[in-house]
Amino acid sequence: MNSVEGLLTQIQGLSSTASDVLSLQNVLKQADESLRAESTRLLPFLDQLDPSKHSLGYLYFLEACTAGPVTTESASSFVLIIARFISSCVAEQIRLAPDKFISVCKRFKDQLLLLEEPLRGVAPMLTAVRKLQFSTEHLTTLHPEFLLLCLLAKCYKTGLSILEEDIFEVDQPRDLYLYCYYGGMICIGQKCFRKALELLHNVVTAPMSTINAIAVEAYKKYILVSLIHHGQLSTSLPKYASGVAQRNLKSLCLSYIELANSYNNGKIADLETYVQANMEKFGSDNNLGLVKQVVSSIYKRNIQRLTQTYLTLSLQDIANTVQLNSPKEAEMHVLQMIQDGEIYATINQKDGMVRFLEDPELYKTCEMIEHIDLSIQRLMTLSKKLTVMDELISCDPLYLGKAGRERQRFDFDDFDSVPQRFNI
Amino acid sequence: MDGEDDAPKSLMEEMYANGIEGVDDAPSSSTSTTIRKNRPIISGEQLDIEAYAALYSGRTKIMRLIFLADHCDNSGMQLEALRMAYDELKKGENTQLFREVVQKIDGRLGPNYSTDATWCAKVDGKADQRKDKLESELNAYRTNLIKESIRMGYNDFGDFYYAHGALGDAFKSYVRTRDYCTTSKHIIQMCLSAILVSIEMGQFAHVTSYVSKAEQTPEALDPPTIAKLRCAAGLAHLEAKKYKLAARKFLEVGPELGNSYSEVIAPQDISYSSNAFTLQNKVIDNINFRNFLELVPEVRELINDFYSSHYASCLEYLGNLKSNLMLDIHIHDHVETLYDQIRSKALIQYTHPFVSVDMRMMADAFKTSVAGLEKELESLITDNQIQARIDSHNKILYARHADQRNATFQRVLQTGNEFDWDVRAMLLRANLLKHEYNLRASRKI
Repeated sequence: MNSVEGLLTQIQGLSSTASDVLSLQNVLKQADESLRAESTRLLPFLDQLDPSKHSLGYLYFLEACTAGPVTTESASSFVLIIARFISSCVAEQIRLAPDKFISVCKRFKDQLLLLEEPLRGVAPMLTAVRKLQFSTEHLTTLHPEFLLLCLLAKCYKTGLSILEEDIFEVDQPRDLYLYCYYGGMICIGQKCFRKALELLHNVVTAPMSTINAIAVEAYKKYILVSLIHHGQLSTSLPKYASGVAQRNLKSLCLSYIELANSYNNGKIADLETYVQANMEKFGSDNNLGLVKQVVSSIYKRNIQRLTQTYLTLSLQDIANTVQLNSPKEAEMHVLQMIQDGEIYATINQKDGMVRFLEDPELYKTCEMIEHIDLSIQRLMTLSKKLTVMDELISCDPLYLGKAGRERQRFDFDDFDSVPQRFNI
Repeated sequence: MDGEDDAPKSLMEEMYANGIEGVDDAPSSSTSTTIRKNRPIISGEQLDIEAYAALYSGRTKIMRLIFLADHCDNSGMQLEALRMAYDELKKGENTQLFREVVQKIDGRLGPNYSTDATWCAKVDGKADQRKDKLESELNAYRTNLIKESIRMGYNDFGDFYYAHGALGDAFKSYVRTRDYCTTSKHIIQMCLSAILVSIEMGQFAHVTSYVSKAEQTPEALDPPTIAKLRCAAGLAHLEAKKYKLAARKFLEVGPELGNSYSEVIAPQDISYSSNAFTLQNKVIDNINFRNFLELVPEVRELINDFYSSHYASCLEYLGNLKSNLMLDIHIHDHVETLYDQIRSKALIQYTHPFVSVDMRMMADAFKTSVAGLEKELESLITDNQIQARIDSHNKILYARHADQRNATFQRVLQTGNEFDWDVRAMLLRANLLKHEYNLRASRKI
């Protein structure tokens, strides 16, 4: 009892300056065990702390409080407390104990899932992510948690705001896999297929020593999105993908590869029968919606192919070649595609003719020049980053040690000019 | 060239001749018949089997006759072919093939053409004797270690096996002579024998390798040999579906071939076979090749039509030749593909000079319907073989000139995006690797 109260006063006293907070952290670390032991009685003490001032202490207390098993009643009260704490806490203090903060946030998520109210967690979790990360390039463990909440609450737009930032620094590979996987799903939800493809591709090609379920699921979605977006799938993974992925992914996603093959043949009837036959499989993978989009995209793909070949074509002919039931249906498809900017055409309803036009973009406008300029700027920054990275790695003692060893093993010939080993 | 001496039309010589025939007479069927009758081929005209068979000799003749019988719908022609094959086989020693032919005749030609058991037994008995004799001879040569004799021994063995239809053994025997070849002439002889047998076996990979071996011999080859090798190579390429290379090889065949083997109708054959490919390849200004063309007026007409854009008559000639071509032992597998390609080529050439083409006129020129033409054009445009777009409403084909500037802009933006993507993915992966490595290192420490 005393110890807790003593701790409380220490927290209150030592939360003002940075150096005080550091010493407070040591005190709290030592008291962690005892806090845990008394976790059941801690709740009332929280009221005596101000989360905006005594963030670190509050965090330790809160972590100890929430350590026990969660019930529905306790969850609803805790959710409120944690949400308030996240919004008012001080970032500098939190970052001193990131583990504690992450575990509190994870419990927060668990509680929300238990209550089945993921929407309530979206905003606080976003704040938590922002407070925890050092820079926008830094991927925290909370990123995937946040995206998961967004997915469950169907707040795809909020999720996109995070996904737009480029991530380069990663603490845990698993965080990245999940982040990219959930991110890919959010992008699919928003129909940003390009971005989704990029994210899923990152998972599939990420260096990994053993195959994992996230990568397999991501590859399935990657196949489908690639079909929707590009209308084709290159079945070979790039060289830089890890060996395990190269060897195992395809055999684990056979029905999807088959789907891609029958898509490539361009025969709609075949594709549909294949989908019908494997409906259960796709359904159990929760990919049925995407598969249906794949099927409908083949119509678009075929219409787009017609634009390469024809200047004018009657709706009837379109319906015939694309295997639609009626000219009316063909008209709807063409109309939709014109609206989406996927083809350039005009429909003449009087004779039922469609006139395909060339891309009206002439690359002469100021906006276009600006766009190109921006792209160049962006690429230059990226390029510089790459050079910096390269320099850093080539100076990295660990890397050099490894590279030196390997050189010695493989190239006996050129060892005079190159130092084989760096003993640092 | 046919190394063996005297023995007028010795087996050896005959075989070489065959080999070359086998090579180049591929499409001869049609051409030869047309020449004889000296009038344009009319579709459905029957192949004059006697004339056709007279162009060949040896094993090739028999194989071709059997092939004809197998692929011909007309029972009269079938029997005729089989009858001639029977007669021809009676002259030779190949009892196995003889029995097959008899089975095919199936008593339809009367009692004169039934299994002649006594003849078979006699020939087989003789063959055994000869084999024993050859074996003892060869053993004697080998104990004496005279290279030239051993080579001859193996050669005799090869001839023997070849005459009896044991192609695999014949091939082995011929190849064995290789170790005992002393002059490049011998090597060429070995190669030609091997090529001949492997063509008969349908092993065209061997053909290619022996052709290249023969061409590598240090001494300059005489023109007929070169021509033979070219033919063999062309045939091998044809079987491998490398039509362009095949055409080139056939074009390189010199006129010497025809003169040196008058009983072989090589020249006409070559002209035909190569013309089929030439159409795709536009290799026509070859003076040597003119000589061949003169021998086959139909084919010459055909090519002239093609180049003067009379596609309808060109295609008509082709259509007439087709039924006979289908009966040829070497080219029949490829007729469909080649015809398709020739047609596409003609379509492409037709559209090439125009900015806009009236599809009705074009359909007339190609003797097809507008709808059919539209389909053909569509597939060609999709394959990017014609740069044009179809105005299906007015039935006009418009040439399409890609806007270089726009295309460049598009490509630039696309490349930029790809680079962007790649670099980001790369940085990410590098970070992951680094992280993992650091982790492992820290664990070790």
